[in-house]
Amino acid sequence: MEGPLAIVVGILIATGVYLMLARDLLHYLFGLVMISNAANLAIFITGRLTRASPALIPEGLEVPPMPVANPLPQALILTAIVIGFGLLAFTLALIAQAYKVLGTLDVDTMRIAEPRKIKRKASP
Amino acid sequence: MSWLLALPFLIPIGTALATFSARARHPLCGALSVLGCTILLIIAVTIILLVEQNGPIAAQMGDWEAPFGITLVADRLSAIMLLISAIVGLCVSLFALSDIDKNRVTLGFHSFFQLLLAGVCGSFVTGDLFNLYVWFEVMLIASFALLVLGGERVQLDGGIKYVALNLISTLLMLTSIGLIYGLTGTLNMAQLHISLAAVNNPVAVSALAVLFIAAFGIKAAIFPLFFWLPASYHTPPVAVTAVFAGLLTKVGVYTLIRTFTLIFPNDPGFTHNILLGTALLTMLTGVLGAAAQYEFRKILAFHIISQIGFLVLGLALNSPLALAGSVFYIVHNIVAKTNLFLISGTVQRLSGSFELSEIGGIYKASPLLSTFFFIAAFSLSGFPPLSGFWAKLLLLKASLDQTAYLVAAVILITGVLTLYSMSKIWAEAFWKPDPTGDCSDLYTLSLPERLQRLLPVAFLALVTLGLGLLPEPLINYALATASELLEPKDYLDAVLKPESIQSMGNR
Repeated sequence: MEGPLAIVVGILIATGVYLMLARDLLHYLFGLVMISNAANLAIFITGRLTRASPALIPEGLEVPPMPVANPLPQALILTAIVIGFGLLAFTLALIAQAYKVLGTLDVDTMRIAEPRKIKRKASP
Repeated sequence: MSWLLALPFLIPIGTALATFSARARHPLCGALSVLGCTILLIIAVTIILLVEQNGPIAAQMGDWEAPFGITLVADRLSAIMLLISAIVGLCVSLFALSDIDKNRVTLGFHSFFQLLLAGVCGSFVTGDLFNLYVWFEVMLIASFALLVLGGERVQLDGGIKYVALNLISTLLMLTSIGLIYGLTGTLNMAQLHISLAAVNNPVAVSALAVLFIAAFGIKAAIFPLFFWLPASYHTPPVAVTAVFAGLLTKVGVYTLIRTFTLIFPNDPGFTHNILLGTALLTMLTGVLGAAAQYEFRKILAFHIISQIGFLVLGLALNSPLALAGSVFYIVHNIVAKTNLFLISGTVQRLSGSFELSEIGGIYKASPLLSTFFFIAAFSLSGFPPLSGFWAKLLLLKASLDQTAYLVAAVILITGVLTLYSMSKIWAEAFWKPDPTGDCSDLYTLSLPERLQRLLPVAFLALVTLGLGLLPEPLINYALATASELLEPKDYLDAVLKPESIQSMGNR
């Protein structure tokens, strides 16, 4: 199963990068969501996908009697999803605020912090 | 012992909660923040004394043995970084009392500032890659908030670019952490040192190394990944810029040094050559970018990039002397850079502008402030007997020892161009007559404000001067740090049980 999922990761990243290259900030955000999901999926695959049993140890034993699935990547993903959710929510709020205040989502017209030299000469 | 290593991030988190509940009560809120930073400084001093005495110390969180739980480690590098961060934290929190307006304090400035310190300190003490990612996120979200707090147009504009590029770095880091786990089955840095050497897949290891360079490189602002820095650093209040300039990019450099001495030390021909090339280009582009600017903070922002090049250069040259140079340089640079930004804030307070064409006559208005600027700025460009001279000398000596003449030439050229920018600021803002005539002197400020603005600056200038006049203790410490980084046996012993090192070595 690792092979097809790896290809899915590739497709997600390619689509995400394509979206992020757009000048529109919302496209950028959607691209970011895709790549963030691709990263989580990649961690998931690194735990190896097996049909092994859940990582539970029966009572009285110190180690599981048979091979079990690796639970660590899933714990990592859970953390990463929560953090990623917070960051994406912040970014969305920031973009919304920027749209309200700056009146545009086109990054090419966002030049307030770094004004173009020519413009500054025109209005001294 | 185990609690001591957790305190560098527990104290700032506690302070953040306290300041958040007191954010509407102004004098109290700021005082709490300063108090928290003072306690942090005491803890950092304790840790550095312990490490200096006993070598690296480690603490297993929740009593889970090393590769299974999260380990906190402090070796010489972590300890000195903690100490210098605590110093910067204290100075900036003091400066912020007068620099940050009431509106921003009510919005929670001090809480975000403390959370940022927690993230920074957490990154320095953690011995686990995924935990490092978590601390990076703490640091990142706090820095996002600090950057756009207040919501001015220019802040939002700079903030968008900062957020956009830093999130990419986060995702790269997360992906590479996932992949390194897939390759070795561990995320403990000490165990990775052993496990990764045993992985017989050079292509995958090299690809991972490059991913890590890119992920941490964006954080550290190396060439060509630095564009978020000059786009955003001049937009927030000066106290925010000062702490960003002092600490944020340096955490990126710290992780680069940690990763490429502990986890990927085995293929220096490949990884360290990439680092060397980017370091040289970073030094040159940064300093050339600064030469083109005429705004106080933008010049300083470009110089951050140029200095990052020096820090990475020491790592890339990969000799004990060069690494020692990097460590010395980090300490010198954090102190001098933070100080320069703090001074720029006071200059703006006096003259009302950051544009060099609109400032002038500061030397006449305030000789004391000008002296402090002189010390910090000329230390940055490497004048003897200031701290920057010794930092550059160590790196220069290291590059000449390796007959890397091109590297030595770039170091010298960058030094000269830094001098050009610094004397430009000196001549424009301090020396030339005041163009507008409305520049007030320091005595128009109230006494508490004068103290809050001058004490941190004076202290940092004294540190710069002290490191310049008495460099030997720090140079010895830096040399010890370098040998510890290149021979991480003590670090491994502190983190892992001896038998587990043995069994992993045999496999």
